[in-house]
Amino acid sequence: MSALSIKGLTKTYKGGVEALKGIDLTVEQGDFYALLGPNGAGKSTTIGIISSLVNKTTGAVEVFGYNLDNDLVKAKQQIGLVPQEFNFNQFETVLQVVMNQAGYYGVTRKLALERAKKYLTELDLWEKRDARSRELSGGMKRRLMIARALMHEPRLLILDEPTAGVDIELRRSMWDFLQQLNEQGVTIILTTHYLEEAESLCRNIGIIDHGTIVQNTSMKALLSQLNIETFVLDINPVENDVSLSGFETRLLDDHTLEVDVEQGHELNTLFTELSKHGITVMSMRNKANRLEELFLRLVNQTR
Amino acid sequence: MSANFIALKSLLTKEINRFTRIWLQTLVPPAITMSLYFVIFGTLIGERIGTMSGFSYMEFIVPGLIMMSVITNSYSNVASSFFSSKFQRNVEELLVAPVPTWIIIAGYVGGGVARGLLVGCIVTLLSLYFVNLNIANLGVLLVSVLFTSILFSLGGLINAILAKSYDDISIIPNFVLTPLTYLGGVFYSLTLLPDFWQGVSKANPIVYMINTFRYGFLGVTDIPLVYSFSIIFLFVAALFSLAYWMISRGYGLRS
Repeated sequence: MSALSIKGLTKTYKGGVEALKGIDLTVEQGDFYALLGPNGAGKSTTIGIISSLVNKTTGAVEVFGYNLDNDLVKAKQQIGLVPQEFNFNQFETVLQVVMNQAGYYGVTRKLALERAKKYLTELDLWEKRDARSRELSGGMKRRLMIARALMHEPRLLILDEPTAGVDIELRRSMWDFLQQLNEQGVTIILTTHYLEEAESLCRNIGIIDHGTIVQNTSMKALLSQLNIETFVLDINPVENDVSLSGFETRLLDDHTLEVDVEQGHELNTLFTELSKHGITVMSMRNKANRLEELFLRLVNQTR
Repeated sequence: MSANFIALKSLLTKEINRFTRIWLQTLVPPAITMSLYFVIFGTLIGERIGTMSGFSYMEFIVPGLIMMSVITNSYSNVASSFFSSKFQRNVEELLVAPVPTWIIIAGYVGGGVARGLLVGCIVTLLSLYFVNLNIANLGVLLVSVLFTSILFSLGGLINAILAKSYDDISIIPNFVLTPLTYLGGVFYSLTLLPDFWQGVSKANPIVYMINTFRYGFLGVTDIPLVYSFSIIFLFVAALFSLAYWMISRGYGLRS
C-alpha cells in the first residue's frame, strides 16, 4: 500500500491562479521523499491539500488507502504536519502546545505526557517545557513544531522547509533525528531549499514546477542524469587563458580555473593535461551541489 | 474516553486557560465598569428616579447589567480568541487534526460561555453590596443566561470567521451590540416608551433576553416568556447552523 497517492490533483485559487495543473504522485510506505521546486511552484499547495488546509479543485488524494473525500478522519490520523511558518500559539508554553495537539487527536493525557517527555527530550526541548513558546530561539521553534507533529505518532510525516533558518550544526542533528524516525518506519516527505539536504536524506524525489511534476524518480536515477560536473581548481598563477584537450575550461582569475568534466572522462586525464601545461593544482572542489545543478537545469527547461 | 471528548476537553481547557491567564484584561474591567454603573445609575441617580415596574431602580437595573456583562464578555471572548488563532495561524492545529466541526464550535463557544458566566457571577456578587437580590424563578434565570451566553458566543465566532483584521472584530460590538444592549431595556421598562417605539424595540432580540433574565430575578417581564425563549432558541439554532456551515466549508479558514 502506498503512503500517499495523488491522482489528477488540480487547484485553482479564487483569483484564477492555477497552482496545480493535474499532478500525479505516489510515495511508497517507508520512503524518505523529497518534493522540490522553486518558490510558487505548487509545493505548499500540494502539502496544504494533503493536510486539509487547502481545498482541492479536482483530483483524488489517498493517505495509506484512506481517501480524503470519504475517510477524512482516518486519513488525518495518519498525517503529521510540520508547516513552513511557526503556527503555534506564541503565548502557550512548550508543553501546552504539544499537549493540546495530542488532545485534538484524542490521545489521553497520560499517554500524551509520556510522548511529550519522549519527543521533547529527543529534540532537546524538555528543559524548556515550561517556557513560553515565543521565548524560544528560531531553531527551538522548528524543533517544537516537529515534536508537536509527532504527538499522535503519525505514519506519514510531512515537513515543509523544516530547516529554514537553522544553523548547520542544528540542521545536521535534525537530519539525524529524521533519519532515525524513517528507520523506525515513518514515511517522510520533505520540501527544502537546501538541495544538499534532499540529496543526503531522501531516496526518492519529485520536482514540481508551474503546478506540474517535471520529475518523479529515485535520487540515484536522477543524479545519473547529470552528465557534466564542473570543478573549480585553485592553481599556481598563470598569465594566459588555458586550453586543455577534451575539456571545456574558463579562467576566472589568474589562479582560479573552472573545468567541465563529462561523465566517463577520467580525472587522471585532466591532471595529465594540466601537468602538460605546467599547471599545479593546489586544491579542487565541485562548483555546486550536483543536485542543485540538475534542479536548475530541469526547472529552466520548463521556462 | 472517546477521542472527541478528549479533543473537546483539550480545546475547552485551552480556552479557559487563555482568558484566566489574562484576567486583568478579561475579568477585572467588567467588574469595575459594572460597579460604576451600580454607584452612578443605581445609587446616585436611581434614588431620584423612584420605582420601575414596582421595584427600586437599583433592583430593576441589576439583572440587565448582569446580562449586559454576560453578553459582551461571551461575544468578545470568542471573537478575539478565534480571530487571534486565525491571525497566528494556530487554528491550523485544529484544521489538520481529526476534530469534528461541532467540537470546534463547542470548544470555542464553551470558552465564551465560561467567561460570560464567570463575569456574570462576579457582577452578581458585586451587586449584592448595593442591593438585596431575590430569585423569583431559578430555572428561567439559569436557562436564559446560559442560552444568551451561547447565542452571543456563536455570534462572536461568526464575526471572527468573517473578520480579516482586528478592526473587524470591534465593529460589531461597538456599532451593533452596544446600542442594541443599551436600547434593550437594561435601564428602563419598555412600557415607558410610546407604542411606536415599543414596537420598534421588539425587533431588538436583546430585549427578549434581558426581560427573561429579569423575570428570573423579579418575576416581572414586559414580554411573555414563551416568545422570549422561542426567539433565543431560534437565534441559537440559526447561528449554530451558520457557524457549522462556515467551518465545514473552511470559509475564511481554508483557501
